[in-house]
Amino acid sequence: MTESKSSLILPGQAPGEATPSCWSCGTMRAVHFCSSCGKVQPPVPVDYFTFFGFPRKLNLDTAELEKEFYALSRRLHPDVFGQAGSQERVWSLEQSSMLNDAYRTLKDPIKRTEYLLRLEGVELEEQSKQATEKARATGELKKQVVPPDLLEEVFELNMHLEELRMQKTLGEDDPALLEEIGKAKLSLEEKYDALLNELKTEWNKWDNSVNGGTEEDRRKILEKMLDVLNRRNYVRNLVRDVNEVIGNL
Amino acid sequence: MSTDYIVGIDLGTTNSLVAYMQGDSPVVIPGEDGLNLVPSVVALDENNQIVVGNAARKYLIETPERAVYSVKRLMGRGVEDVQDELKLFPFQLADDLQSGEVIRIKLGEKTFTPPELSAFILRQLKRNAERFFGAPVTQAVITVPAYFNDAQRQATKDAGRIAGLNVLRLVNEPTAASLAYGLDKKKHGIVVVYDLGGGTFDISILKLHDGIFEVISTNGDTHLGGDDIDNLLIAIALDDIRGDLGLDLRRNGEAVARIRKAVIEAKIALSSQPAAKLDVDLPNGNKYQREISIEVFEQMIQPIIDRTVGPCKQALKDAGLKPEQIDEVVLVGGSTRIPKVRRLVQDLFQRVPHTDLNPDEVVALGAAVQATILGGGSEITKEMLLLDVTPLSLGIEVAGGVTDKVILRNSTIPASATQYYTTQVDGQTNVAIHVLQGERELARDCRSLARFDLKSVPPMPAGLPRIEVKFLIDANGILRVSAREQRSGKEAEIDVQPTYGLSDEQVENMLLESFDYAEEDFRQRQVIEARREADTILAALAKGKRNPAWPELTSEERGQVEALEKALIEVKDGDDHHAIRTGIDALNQATMRLAELMMDTAVASALKGKAMDDTDFEEGPQAGHPVAKAEFK
Repeated sequence: MTESKSSLILPGQAPGEATPSCWSCGTMRAVHFCSSCGKVQPPVPVDYFTFFGFPRKLNLDTAELEKEFYALSRRLHPDVFGQAGSQERVWSLEQSSMLNDAYRTLKDPIKRTEYLLRLEGVELEEQSKQATEKARATGELKKQVVPPDLLEEVFELNMHLEELRMQKTLGEDDPALLEEIGKAKLSLEEKYDALLNELKTEWNKWDNSVNGGTEEDRRKILEKMLDVLNRRNYVRNLVRDVNEVIGNL
Repeated sequence: MSTDYIVGIDLGTTNSLVAYMQGDSPVVIPGEDGLNLVPSVVALDENNQIVVGNAARKYLIETPERAVYSVKRLMGRGVEDVQDELKLFPFQLADDLQSGEVIRIKLGEKTFTPPELSAFILRQLKRNAERFFGAPVTQAVITVPAYFNDAQRQATKDAGRIAGLNVLRLVNEPTAASLAYGLDKKKHGIVVVYDLGGGTFDISILKLHDGIFEVISTNGDTHLGGDDIDNLLIAIALDDIRGDLGLDLRRNGEAVARIRKAVIEAKIALSSQPAAKLDVDLPNGNKYQREISIEVFEQMIQPIIDRTVGPCKQALKDAGLKPEQIDEVVLVGGSTRIPKVRRLVQDLFQRVPHTDLNPDEVVALGAAVQATILGGGSEITKEMLLLDVTPLSLGIEVAGGVTDKVILRNSTIPASATQYYTTQVDGQTNVAIHVLQGERELARDCRSLARFDLKSVPPMPAGLPRIEVKFLIDANGILRVSAREQRSGKEAEIDVQPTYGLSDEQVENMLLESFDYAEEDFRQRQVIEARREADTILAALAKGKRNPAWPELTSEERGQVEALEKALIEVKDGDDHHAIRTGIDALNQATMRLAELMMDTAVASALKGKAMDDTDFEEGPQAGHPVAKAEFK
């Protein structure tokens, strides 16, 4: 079995502070299993980056992440504890659910960014469809700010969509209008992809700031990332609305 | 007695199988009739005894009101959601069924829940395995359709418990199949498993990597399979009969059962022949005869098999893959023998599907592989690990009846989510949580799993308590919930009301009842075995009495032997196995000297150059001393 690189000592310990020790052999333990005797350990509340032994950076080698995920799965999955005692089975269940949750979050660039923002105390705005539904059901107004650079485009698109809906109820058909909307959708999709690149620029800034940026720098980068994510979600919702209208024809 | 056989069980809609790992290869354990498949049919015979499998099949036609098939369709479902099933299947619900109660099915005068009926099938498989091993079997891996929801999985687990099995793991059927396929060759790449069985359809897409079987996405329909084809053909036949003969046979259980048998045979024939004949004897000397060509058959089943396309496309989409990225396609389930199904799969994934393993057996074989992995592994399974996913999103009902998804479908399991709750009113000590499963936005369109009542929340001003609720889907795909009030640090008490399903107490009671059955079964088996042994020893004695050693006994000894012989013959036909055993032991004791004398004779004969075979040595009373049978406890 390949030794996992993430079997590190618990973070946040001051020198001299009592190190949590392995329940089985009493020596120092790591996040998931004892580095000495290899026994699974009760889970400790660490963040997903720490769980994998990665620094809190956004540029992440997903091939490396997958390799670590497989290596840790081989040691933590409940199937490996089929014959173990009931306490170890519970810990394995908790550890491997954390492993899976962490892997799912970190391997996706957007989820990874959102997770980092939450870790850094940034509240994410709810732009999801869920929030829309919730707002619709409760009658509350949804917080939805149109990104300024999209204002004109969105205004025009919404007019077109309204027109299309009307035509639909009248049973009319306007190919030119459909083409307009199709073009707008294409442009939105391009914007959607461009926003991911914009986000990745911020990732680089963030990763550099981890090694010696000021608190203020970091705050700014986080704000910027939040802004990009919100715009991206907004564009995504627009594309979905367009698809819904077209799909219902 | 310590034996640790862990078996793999495929509890199918139409057929069930049990398998185990023999060295490095999984094999199916046949039943007493020598057949691998145990039809998932349960019947009550004339003596109100449960009959399962091939032996139960005749009751489907002879006494259809005392037999049931395809009970898997009812697992984990409420009365409201089986209405369609009731129109198509001859399930008879108990008359006194209350709303909200677990379904009970009538068999003759008795009623059983779907988990109990499934438990009868599992118990039969357990017995087949015990007979095969000569040792008790108490641990199993049972397969379920990948698209089974929480309630259906829980019902399957309950069935295992009722049957006296410790269910170590529920494994998804297509994933199990991939284990069986991936065993012989170390494979890499993307594999699609298309599993169309008797009553369920699953599609799973896996990534194979150094022995890790990682499911990327899964989809399916837990009410789609060969059954639907049968029902369609039955409906057409009934229409024909009404048109041609003016007979309405829809309510005639026996006639429908006969038609069903005929259409199933025709369906199977059409997988290898261009046409099949239906020839059914109907009441009053009437007959239904028709020939179906493959073309007509394929046209008729098109709408049914087309229903598998949507889930396949969704699974591909969820996996973020295009058909050309698929490396291999594996077919599982009896219905994939239909050529039209094979063509559909080939067109969808642009690959010639694999069919090298028997599609009826591959799931059970894979379950046996998983059983070995859980049992600590063998050389061949050492590097193998299954990473499966949850097929459906888990959600919580929030204000306005909206579903708030907390664990998305296709998340690798075990998976967890933590939610925080608070109170709405000052001093509130209870918080109700409604857990749902499904993809729809509104709670009423999702499947209700359970309502949890968080109790004994410390009374505080509204909004102050912070209750942390952890939802965890375990490796079986079953939900576990725990809760803690964070300000007081108190574990909140959770009162679970499963929307569909048996409570622990109910399962416990059924378990006891099945112990009663088991005891009865055990007793009968012991009587049969004791009788068999008595017959053996009596036959041996009859031979011994013709042996030259017999006259060498004193007349007193001979008298005692003959008295005991007579006594054993008398008790042998009774039901008391203790008495039979006592008789056998006594006779064994009394014939000890005869056995010794015969041995001497044999040795003397051998010395005289006489062949051993010429003596009765081998069949002397000693041979009647039975080899100790395995104890079934």
